Amino acid sequence: MAGIDYTERIPNNVGLAEDLRLQRALEDWQPKFLDWWRDMGPHGYQAKETYLRTAVSVDAQGWAQFGYVRMPEYRWGIFLAEPEPGRRISFGDHKGAPAWQEVPGEYRGVLRRLIVTQGDTEPASVEQQRHLGRTCPSLYDLRNLFQVNVEEGRHLWAMVYLLDAYFGRDGREESEALLQRRSGDRDKPRILGAFNEKTPDWLSYFMFTFFTDRDGKYQLAGLAESGFDPLSRTCRFMLTEEAHHMFVGETGVGRVVQRACELMRQHKTDDVRPHGGIDLRMLQRYLNFHYAVSLDLFGSEISTNAANFYTMGLKGRFEETKKDDDHQLKTATYTVTGLDGDRLVTREEPALPSLNERLRDDYIADCQRGVDRWNRVIKEHGIDFQLRLPHRAFQRAIGLFADVRVSPEGRVLSQAEWEAKKHEWLPTEEDQAWVQSLMRPETEPGKFASWIAPPPRGVNGQPLDFEYVRLA
Amino acid sequence: MADTGERVLVDFRTEPARYKHWTLAFDGPVATLLMDVREDGGLRPGYELKLNSYDLGVDIELYDAAQRLRFEHPEVGAVVVTSGKERIFCAGANIRMLSQSTHAFKVNFCKFTNETRNALEEATAESRQAYLCAVNGPCAGGGYELALATDWIIMADDGNTAVSLPEVPLLAVLPGTGGLTRLVDKRHVRRDRADFFCTTEEGVKGQRAVEWGLVDEVVPRSRLDEAVRRRARELAARTDRPADAKGIALTPLARTLEGDRVTYGSVACAIDRPRGLAEITIVGPTVAPPADARGIHAAGAAFWPLALARELDDLILHLRTNEEQIGLWVFKTRGVAGLVEAYDRALAAHRDDWLVREIRLYLKRTWKRLDVSSRSLFALVEPGSCFVGTLLELCLAADRSYMLDGAREGDERPAAAVRLTELNFGAYPMVNGLSRLASRFLAEPARVDKLRARIGEDLSAGAAAEAGLVSFTPDDIDWHDEVRMALEARASFSPDALTGMEASLRFGGPETLESKIFARLSAWQNWIFQRPNAVGPTGALSVYGSGQRGEFDRRRV
Repeated sequence: MAGIDYTERIPNNVGLAEDLRLQRALEDWQPKFLDWWRDMGPHGYQAKETYLRTAVSVDAQGWAQFGYVRMPEYRWGIFLAEPEPGRRISFGDHKGAPAWQEVPGEYRGVLRRLIVTQGDTEPASVEQQRHLGRTCPSLYDLRNLFQVNVEEGRHLWAMVYLLDAYFGRDGREESEALLQRRSGDRDKPRILGAFNEKTPDWLSYFMFTFFTDRDGKYQLAGLAESGFDPLSRTCRFMLTEEAHHMFVGETGVGRVVQRACELMRQHKTDDVRPHGGIDLRMLQRYLNFHYAVSLDLFGSEISTNAANFYTMGLKGRFEETKKDDDHQLKTATYTVTGLDGDRLVTREEPALPSLNERLRDDYIADCQRGVDRWNRVIKEHGIDFQLRLPHRAFQRAIGLFADVRVSPEGRVLSQAEWEAKKHEWLPTEEDQAWVQSLMRPETEPGKFASWIAPPPRGVNGQPLDFEYVRLA
Repeated sequence: MADTGERVLVDFRTEPARYKHWTLAFDGPVATLLMDVREDGGLRPGYELKLNSYDLGVDIELYDAAQRLRFEHPEVGAVVVTSGKERIFCAGANIRMLSQSTHAFKVNFCKFTNETRNALEEATAESRQAYLCAVNGPCAGGGYELALATDWIIMADDGNTAVSLPEVPLLAVLPGTGGLTRLVDKRHVRRDRADFFCTTEEGVKGQRAVEWGLVDEVVPRSRLDEAVRRRARELAARTDRPADAKGIALTPLARTLEGDRVTYGSVACAIDRPRGLAEITIVGPTVAPPADARGIHAAGAAFWPLALARELDDLILHLRTNEEQIGLWVFKTRGVAGLVEAYDRALAAHRDDWLVREIRLYLKRTWKRLDVSSRSLFALVEPGSCFVGTLLELCLAADRSYMLDGAREGDERPAAAVRLTELNFGAYPMVNGLSRLASRFLAEPARVDKLRARIGEDLSAGAAAEAGLVSFTPDDIDWHDEVRMALEARASFSPDALTGMEASLRFGGPETLESKIFARLSAWQNWIFQRPNAVGPTGALSVYGSGQRGEFDRRRV
């Protein structure tokens, strides 16, 4: 790549053209990334021109430039939010000290692990979603899928930038390992469990994007508070893109809800399946599943790691700087739901080891706001039904509730009770087969599959029948 | 644990049906020891055994399992240690358990876990039951030290599984079960690499772990089971254990605790709390040994030397853990010298029999357990005693021994005598690799050979003193006061100073892996374990889990 115009090839605001060390690292990594993208990126659409947004700078004009591009030619850039002059660490033991511009030696290993764990989720979701293209419900949705995919790719770049620029040889090794792990692979799985699950259909995809990507948003929000300034600035910029992923998830599920309601009204029935819809009860089961899997991503309720990350000044709380307390939490407590025999109870726990739970609480409140908006759609159709978030203890695999069976209402159940009812609460094989049967591609511009309503408007002011992906 | 009112005693006796944390599985010559620690199965309240971390209760089961594999399964030539949990091999000793334990409890816990790991190495080398380790998830601290005690370490290469010793960076203490010593002395890891490894919290994974000698091989996760099976079969094929023999059952060990008395079949212990001592009496056999090896097998756990080893082993563990204040153990024996000698002859004659080999090794381990106990050891040799051969080791292990010269007035029994047997000359080496006799006469190695000529001879007090086998030989007139004052003086000294002094004096001669491990545990680890940098109010071990950082006194000592 000698003689290349880095600013043109890799849009960035990190001085890549002058940074020889970073250039050397990326020269090695970039071809491997492209190989990975060709192997594991969206299957069957690499050569198709897609109407995508590219960030070429971080200002208002630059961060969202639209145009047709073939995905392997997408200009994955490296962007950090603009520096805050004189930024200081806002929490933990180093509160008040100038934010670190270099990695503190003491925290090198921990910080690298945090970045690797976050970075690993980015390529993972691209891998999970690579076969969705062939069953897209519309060109509009297909384009949104690819937009999400290329941005996950850019988020991978962002993490690789941090590893390569700040962590020397170990960082470069980790960058490479990010391309070697594979979602669902037995030998080289992705680090977190939820990112090794399949995303078999578009309903799962929308749910994933609403619930699981939202976990990512909250993790990024915590890292955006980091005392390690390059990480903070990277995550702050990533959050602006993450908002689009939230949008895809929320409106995706919302349009399925809306379509179900329309069919219910039109045919005066709760059973919308004969009319090609996805009924609300089935939606609730999908919601239950994805919500529980995503809650697990926040980790154990009581976590030494979370406490250490905070005290070390590496990962803060959601909206740390807006909170009105001492930002050290050495004596503070936090209310945590736990188990007492077969009862769910709340206890006051030391605040520091409870930080995962606190972030989970912020996340739950955010999810609830989305669910409320879906319920508004149902209500507007005059239908007496509400989608609900199940209890936080429902169907958990990590933390205090991993070994108990709990109903969506929050009642601890015997195994027999659970077996008798679980088909009402979680997607059944029949549900999955039904959803699978609906997954027929709709690729005519402006047309939408039977199970999903069109969105109110197109992308970037374009009409709904715009050719978002040129398939010809 | 048995509840005795005020105190909750730790009971070291268990059996597979009662295990909470381990499962034993058998496949011909290969056994698998599956670690699946129950989070709520801790020995004491106040901590959860997350991530396959262990406490004393978990290790008691491991110890029991290893013992049973030796005695109950002659057909097993290789033992695979692995995790039954999906995402973790073992996170080491439970940190919350450590931080809530007293210093004495921690030290005793570490001693026991060290003895168990040493025993795994001994099983590999001498029982020819080779241990190998399948690291199927992150393996940290004591988890890696367990792996280090095995003969072959296979690790999953999945981008996540790593071995690590994070004690220094994470907890400001040292690995407590021989990890540092085994890295450089057993696996011969280069010291600069070992230095990096021991200061890197996340450890080392994949190919680099092989290159550095931290593990023996890495394989993709999907091929781990197969690779382990293959390697275990290979190791099992090298054994000399009989494939078609029948094991003997380690039947439940009968013990009664009544007040200050602990009683077994051949061992009894009376605790004298005001004097801070325990009088331990070993009763010799009452019948002659079986005529042949088949008879020994038929007797099984009732065979006197095996019963003795089990009972004394349990008593030592009981006293160490449950009777911290009893600092002086006084050993006596009672029985017929000729019978003890006959059993020693049986143990010598059938030494190639797998079971007899196991019994000899068990006795060896039991004497070693005595050597490393932080208690003053005295032996009293009186008329009616049977300090012969195997039991004479008690005298040789003691820090000091007193032998009554002549008979007691009004006592019809003949004067006390001691007797050497073949087994005093190499059957029971200490952690320094030498027999107790050789360790005793470092200045005159030739004396050991001379003593060999006196095997089977009754040695009176005078002869025993001249031979250097006993410390002092008061006569009936002096005995009472002499012994009383010696015991009282002993009880008056600082227990810490005594522990350090005894440990320094007991192990003359060469260093071995084991002697280094115990010495460094006693010196470095136990020192660091009490330093404010670890256990002060802001020490790293104290604040671990709270999210607060340890604060260090930066002065080097």
